[in-house]
Amino acid sequence: MSNMRSLTFDAIIIGGGGSGLRAALELAKSGKKTAVLSKVFPTRSHTVSAQGGITCAIASADPNDDWRWHMYDTVKGGDYITDQDAAEYMCSEGPKAVFELEHMGLPFSRFDNGRIYQRPFGGQSKNFGEGGQAARTCAAADRTGHALLHTLYQNNLKNNTTFLNEWFAVDLVKNANGDVVGCIAMDIETGEVVHVKSKATVLATGGAGRIYASTTNALINTGDGIGMALRAGFPMQDMEMWQFHPTGIYGAGVLVTEGCRGEGGYLINKDGERFMERYAPNAKDLAGRDVVARSMVMEILEGRGCGENGDHVYLKLDHLGEEVLNKRLPGISELSKIFAHADPVKAPIPVVPTCHYMMGGVPTNVHGQAIMQDAKGKDQIINGLFACGEAACVSVHGANRLGGNSLLDLVVFGRAAGIFIESALNEGIDYLDASESDVDTAMKRITRWNESTGGESVADLKAELQGIMQNSFGVFRQEDNMQKGVGQLAELRERIANAHLADKSGAFNTARVEALELDNLMEVAEATAIAALDRKESRGAHSRYDYPDRDDVNWLKHSMYFPAEKKVGKRDVNFKPKTVDTFEPKVRTY
Amino acid sequence: MSMLQVAIYRYNPETDSAPYMQEYQVDTQGRDLMVLNVLEMLKAQDTTLAYRRSCREGVCGSDGMNMNGKNGLACITSLSEVVKGGKLTLRPLPGLPVIRDLVVDMALFYQQYERIQPYLQNDEPAPAIERLQSPEERDKLDGLYECILCACCSTACPSFWWNPDKFVGPAGLLQAYRFLADSRDTATRERLADLEDPFSVFRCRGIMNCVAVCPKGLNPTRAIGKIREMLLADAT
Amino acid sequence: MVTNITNLGRSGLSDWLIQRVSAVILALYTLFIVLYLLFNPGLDYATWSGLFAQTWMRIFTLLALISIAAHAWVGLWTVTTDYLKSTGVRVGAQIVIILAIFVFLVWGIQVLWGA
Repeated sequence: MSNMRSLTFDAIIIGGGGSGLRAALELAKSGKKTAVLSKVFPTRSHTVSAQGGITCAIASADPNDDWRWHMYDTVKGGDYITDQDAAEYMCSEGPKAVFELEHMGLPFSRFDNGRIYQRPFGGQSKNFGEGGQAARTCAAADRTGHALLHTLYQNNLKNNTTFLNEWFAVDLVKNANGDVVGCIAMDIETGEVVHVKSKATVLATGGAGRIYASTTNALINTGDGIGMALRAGFPMQDMEMWQFHPTGIYGAGVLVTEGCRGEGGYLINKDGERFMERYAPNAKDLAGRDVVARSMVMEILEGRGCGENGDHVYLKLDHLGEEVLNKRLPGISELSKIFAHADPVKAPIPVVPTCHYMMGGVPTNVHGQAIMQDAKGKDQIINGLFACGEAACVSVHGANRLGGNSLLDLVVFGRAAGIFIESALNEGIDYLDASESDVDTAMKRITRWNESTGGESVADLKAELQGIMQNSFGVFRQEDNMQKGVGQLAELRERIANAHLADKSGAFNTARVEALELDNLMEVAEATAIAALDRKESRGAHSRYDYPDRDDVNWLKHSMYFPAEKKVGKRDVNFKPKTVDTFEPKVRTY
Repeated sequence: MSMLQVAIYRYNPETDSAPYMQEYQVDTQGRDLMVLNVLEMLKAQDTTLAYRRSCREGVCGSDGMNMNGKNGLACITSLSEVVKGGKLTLRPLPGLPVIRDLVVDMALFYQQYERIQPYLQNDEPAPAIERLQSPEERDKLDGLYECILCACCSTACPSFWWNPDKFVGPAGLLQAYRFLADSRDTATRERLADLEDPFSVFRCRGIMNCVAVCPKGLNPTRAIGKIREMLLADAT
Repeated sequence: MVTNITNLGRSGLSDWLIQRVSAVILALYTLFIVLYLLFNPGLDYATWSGLFAQTWMRIFTLLALISIAAHAWVGLWTVTTDYLKSTGVRVGAQIVIILAIFVFLVWGIQVLWGA
């Protein structure tokens, strides 16, 4: 492919959502030759759908708030496989990152004293769980993600970041030493395939909720970065940990924010009972998301679900009054009317736990550097490869993310990656160039699709994959069902390898994009399935009927999925924060 | 069987010398689907059909298109509100060059957005915490910051059709006012000076197509009126 | 800022203001003429001519003429920039329009103050 055009940058950021734009902003300000490569125009990225807010101890609602309390909540919320050095970094750096956003123009809602409005969210406490519910989530009404993403895009315009919009990253390019030195990418508008060379390649490709049939995620959330990294042979961490959000609108999968419950809404079963009082007597509806989602499924399984089929519950908001709903939750009212045909002022919203967030991803340190393990199981930096945002597993979310922590993760670790790459570039990075055969290796997959002459259709295979994941790797899991799922996925992989791309045209060929995305979904689904089968305990979002208890003796560890052998190993959780005492694992109750 | 007749504007620059309308039949099974659901069903049959989509819940602004003559977002427009006489006609947003099928080239639209310097400008040193803003000052941004850049408004505006290179258009002007109205922005004078020519703002003829089509219920015409008031107050 | 040299006030704001002020003047003038005709049913040449012999009426009429000229120029200039995309055609049309407006204005003045 020597006639292929190439582009060269100091840093290429794959993904134009919150973390990618935050990293790009840092690098653009430093004057490094940076490009953001995004398969959609940046403000179409999934960050735009985030609603409730960004959790951070800025001490606005409570002047005595402390980032250490936030860190405690985060570690507990993650069921103790949160890396404590990372949680410490996120919670302590958080206020700086949030104030920066405000200075950039993010239109936060306000308290009467002019400070940023903060609302209560699930799993939040004061004084290390001793002081009752905290209100720590900074909000712009219920459109915080939209406000954040647009603000970051605007500030990238201000700083002249280069954008390769509607470009699709196909695969990573590695040199002879195994360093990542760029990627192969396709300009969707023309279909041209280009070799993008870069000293730092940042995966900011977000989540992959589309491996499930029912998800709050955008249609674009196909785990492209995870797929690329797995195909390049790099391991993934904690891929079994998928968060099911308690309140996806029944039938549509569209999210309604936890902020609804933060503002005083609550869940009821068919008898009108506020059932969370039984499952979490203290935090009630504001317990961790995993706890609430499981409780909802229990209610449904025990015959107390709502509707004709008794397969969902209701989120009651009408008691909040029209004024609060219009002021604090205007977007929710709109979505509920459109997708549930229910006006929350008058009627409850039908909701069901829905796949929402991937806690796992590319293992990284707090600088965003991707990590693999050497033969002895020791951490080893992958030269040239970085990850941030949902695609990364730093890990600040452990086995279950707290609401509002994802937006904080994006800006804190996007920024951290930008800062680190800038200094690394200043010190000088010199990797071997990719050879022609290295580039050919990365071209294999797209070439395979382009040369396919027959086989099954992408849409059918995708639907099948989503069905397998939904049935075998949902809120509750068990051995035999997961074994079956893993088997089905192995068979599906063969069929996807022989699937057909009928439309070979160049200009804005979305069929080709969807084919390439299917490969990525396959990678993510298989990593999830094999890691889930391997973890023989229940922790955070990973609940097994056959191993209902947490097993700290064997599983107070990250899982590491190695794609070449399709095997799962373990990695130590960090229990050594720098400035505070370790939070020792305790029984997790709300 | 409840068959829906769908006519879609088709154009592939590599194979078609001119655009044409293609007819499809979709079995909706009587469900009140969103237009995007119908497109997905068609895409499964005919993979060559091209359109943009992302969030499928009306917040990303990808799938703006012209449905039975009116611009809107396919993902939050239900068949019951748009279909007349069992027929649905889908065309790309009017007034912008077509790349393929329902996908338009939005470069001109984005250029006008960038032109108004859509970012907060404040030359005073930032405090250690956030800049304070009263709830009343913040309320002035409601109805402005929610824009999703879907381009439904600007591509429904005759003034933007005639002068897409000179008239900022309703979407860009809504954002221009979003920053003019922000108590934290200090570049008001410069922003106004950049808008006082006969095209940027004053090509708005108050047709209000923008208000009629905005899927987020925003009102660019009112924002344009406010900009004119500010220009007048500043210059007289 | 979009720059242009052919509009009247050199700024959109002044064009906009001219359009509104001239419209008000024209509305007042029209109202006056209509009312005058209504209150003078058997109007003859002498009365009509007498009205226009008075200085205030001549000034008022001149103001209306200038308003028409300005209003027409701003309006037609806008129309030409909307619809005539070829520079040659547009400039040609604008020259014709401005000449016509000039002729009518001078002619109007001659009618008012002429013999």
